[in-house]
Amino acid sequence: MDKGIYLDNNATTMVAPEVVEAMLPYFTEQFGNPSSLHQFGNQVGRALKVARKQVQALLGAEHDSEIIFTSCGTESDSTAILSALKAQPERREIITSVVEHPAILTLCQYLEKDGYTVHYLKVDKRGRLDLQEYARLLSDQVAVVSIMWANNESGTLFPVEEMAEMARAAGVMFHTDAVQAVGKLPINLQESCIDMLSLSGHKLHAPKGIGVLYLRRGVRFRPLLRGGHQERGRRAGTENAASIVALGKACEMAGEALAYEERVVRSMRDRLEQGIIEQVSHCFVTGDPENRLPNTCNIAFEFIEGEAILLLLNKMGIAASSGSACTSGSLEPSHVMRAMDIPFTAAHGSVRFSFSRYNTMEEVERVIAAMPLIVQRLRKLSPYWNGDAPADEPGQEFAPTYA
Amino acid sequence: MWDYSETVQEHFFNPRNAGAVEAANGVGEVGSLSCGDALRLTLKVDPETETILEAGFQTFGCGSAIASSSALTEIIKGMTLSEALKVSNQDIADYLDGLPPEKMHCSVMGREALQAAVANYRGEEWKDDHEEGALICKCFAIDAVMIEETIRANGLRSVEAVTNYTKAGGGCSSCHEGIEEILGRVLAEQGEQLVINAVAAEARQPRTGLTNLQRIRRIEELLDEIRPNLQRDHGDVELVEVDGRHIYVKMTGACSGCQMAATTLGGIQQHLAEGLSEFILVLPAEELACRATVGG
Ligand SMILES: Cc1ncc(COP(=O)(O)O)c(C=O)c1O
Ligand code: FES
Repeated sequence: MDKGIYLDNNATTMVAPEVVEAMLPYFTEQFGNPSSLHQFGNQVGRALKVARKQVQALLGAEHDSEIIFTSCGTESDSTAILSALKAQPERREIITSVVEHPAILTLCQYLEKDGYTVHYLKVDKRGRLDLQEYARLLSDQVAVVSIMWANNESGTLFPVEEMAEMARAAGVMFHTDAVQAVGKLPINLQESCIDMLSLSGHKLHAPKGIGVLYLRRGVRFRPLLRGGHQERGRRAGTENAASIVALGKACEMAGEALAYEERVVRSMRDRLEQGIIEQVSHCFVTGDPENRLPNTCNIAFEFIEGEAILLLLNKMGIAASSGSACTSGSLEPSHVMRAMDIPFTAAHGSVRFSFSRYNTMEEVERVIAAMPLIVQRLRKLSPYWNGDAPADEPGQEFAPTYA
Repeated sequence: MWDYSETVQEHFFNPRNAGAVEAANGVGEVGSLSCGDALRLTLKVDPETETILEAGFQTFGCGSAIASSSALTEIIKGMTLSEALKVSNQDIADYLDGLPPEKMHCSVMGREALQAAVANYRGEEWKDDHEEGALICKCFAIDAVMIEETIRANGLRSVEAVTNYTKAGGGCSSCHEGIEEILGRVLAEQGEQLVINAVAAEARQPRTGLTNLQRIRRIEELLDEIRPNLQRDHGDVELVEVDGRHIYVKMTGACSGCQMAATTLGGIQQHLAEGLSEFILVLPAEELACRATVGG
């Protein structure tokens, strides 16, 4: 059996073979604790230094000490927000957006129960923020602004550099969840006003369970995990040395591949999108097509449901993901699709294809060939579909007893 | 992705009776686009015998919604209407060798479509009386409506009680926060407050037949028994506070701050535990101060 077509790289990526090779010695020969004085620890300590520099280079950070290794993107997000609150107890407000990842949203909802006020910036139909509303909300009551760099479902980019400048001017800390952006776009933090940034290794061909919090020098900070002196006391716990080495290598490779990402990955994505839209009726691209990650496309197929699409795709060896309610275990379709006011007829049928540099144009053509049949098959089953078109007025043709 | 049984997959990939039945004389439609699943069931019923001759479905929904619809039509074909009405959503799930808890509503939808179709055949109007809430406990597939109704009906006050009545919360514990929220809301309506540590406090109460005063006297007596040993080393011990299982003492004289203080405390603890016949913890009085700040 062939190994299938993996177009779910926003969920997680394959660990690059070079990365695996770089990390392996740190399970066996180089098993020392980097804090130890002896030779076993020493060499590991040096490897961590190299990795820190590699991450620093990809982020364009001014100092390598601004890189704090954590266990994942979620930990980085939590650390950033909770630190900002702890460090400025007199400030009781947070600004974020309605389309953040649950790593931010669930935490914010939890903080609301603790009495914090959270302002959720809304998005328009193409997933864009209203910067005027944002400007109005910035005040000396706000402890931190947390806005994602790129949305994981639609790929839409937010103007975080501009927003960070506005926050700086208002004297407010700015954090960005850049888990989906790092490695896909050039980033130069020293030229920006971004105070904190989260990234996650497994989205850029490093292993799962390793992340980074970038913390600009001079930004007030309170650790989440207290204990040993690791990461200069900012994140206690013996370092995940093998994964840190791996992340360093992955960052180096991502830096070298940025141009490829921008050119080749983008062209594969564009071809897939155009190929599907041309052949399948009643579907459309969600988000802001002009302003999004080069690797992501999210297409909403009307009158059918996403999970059913994924199951049929999976049967043909194609892996993608969906914002449908049924894939997430909740009864609501994706909060991102709802926030963009995508009609229910389509929100449940949204499918995300996300590429990596390991995909090929040949794979793209195979997906383009598969998609029309899958959609047709499910529409045939759908009560909202009749022959080659939607059942005239879906609401009238099909009038269920309860709404 | 979901852990679907082979049968669910089989019915999804090869649905039986898909499409509308020609010349149907019973049609049931339930669900809606906004819910993410909707089902139209069409039946051809023999008016003489009331037997279902043909059944067809059209479904907008996920894998298990399609599989449940397919299973339903297979089950009811050849049944009389009254037999078919006895088919429960659990029967549909069983026919499919089970559904994940999050997906049980798909089988509920099947049963409702059937009721609606039968009502339509008989010229009656079908009213949906089923209210479905957000799924709170995934381990036991219990939703918010069920939990709230059970709390109200039985005047429940704690998560443990909810678990005893509904099973919700008896598995991985991840839904305790959600259950507490519902409890808090219901109790607030009744002008009460949810006391989260109601049970924890109970557990802190030692289970001996002694009254508090008797117990403290007994502790003093037990300490007196070992005092001579300590005094031999020019030290002493003083009882400072008794808080349930926690007994706070102050080591004085040579014993205070000495390297052996911890071992000494251990010895005292063992003596007290044996003497009281209960599990207790002996702690240095300094911890009392810590506890006060943490608790506050
Ligand atoms: C935008 C965003 N933030 C945070 C995360 C969480 O990262 P991790 O899985 O490393 O905790 C993800 C990954 O799904 C993500 O897409
Ligand atoms: S979800 Fe309720 S106990 Fe596991």
